[in-house]
Amino acid sequence: MIAGMDPNELQRMIETGLPGATVQVRDTTGGGDHFEALVVSDRFDGKGLVERHQLVYNALGDAMRARVHALSLKTLTPAQYQSRR
Amino acid sequence: MATALDRIQSAIAQNKILIFMKGNRNFPQCGFSAATVAVFDELGAPYETIDVLSDPEVRDQVKAYSNWPTIPQVYIGGKFVGGCDIVRELYESGELRQMVKSATGAAA
Repeated sequence: MIAGMDPNELQRMIETGLPGATVQVRDTTGGGDHFEALVVSDRFDGKGLVERHQLVYNALGDAMRARVHALSLKTLTPAQYQSRR
Repeated sequence: MATALDRIQSAIAQNKILIFMKGNRNFPQCGFSAATVAVFDELGAPYETIDVLSDPEVRDQVKAYSNWPTIPQVYIGGKFVGGCDIVRELYESGELRQMVKSATGAAA
């Protein structure tokens, strides 16, 4: 069994890869390999959904391939996040 | 036999809507693949699928091809659109219906 991940570890990795981002991660099944993440970053400005998600995946690097089976992403710019609340 | 990359590129080029998935539309083998085909069934859009479980080489190569680490992967008009998450988000915003319409020229 590939070692699962802890949501905080996943959060730290995304924050490291996207400095200044606001990140919230939830383990959706408790099994350490299905997660939901909200990521708010100004780096998403002017970028489509695919590019935004790729930025997050790149921040996770190999962890994404090996240890995370499913990661459901919400990627918002600060303006989008403000208008949603 | 054509390389995995050749098979991927020709399949993408030959199909207006193509979904690389686990299983097939009638027997999806993963919840995300099932949810993705369900969206296109809902739109009544004509789409083709490739079962990556029966072609492990394609399963790996398609991730490198699109720089996207997971399956399913959806291509419309030869362009990578995203996985389950993005397809649902585009569906909810109505953007996916437009993309299908322009790719298939049909009244989706």
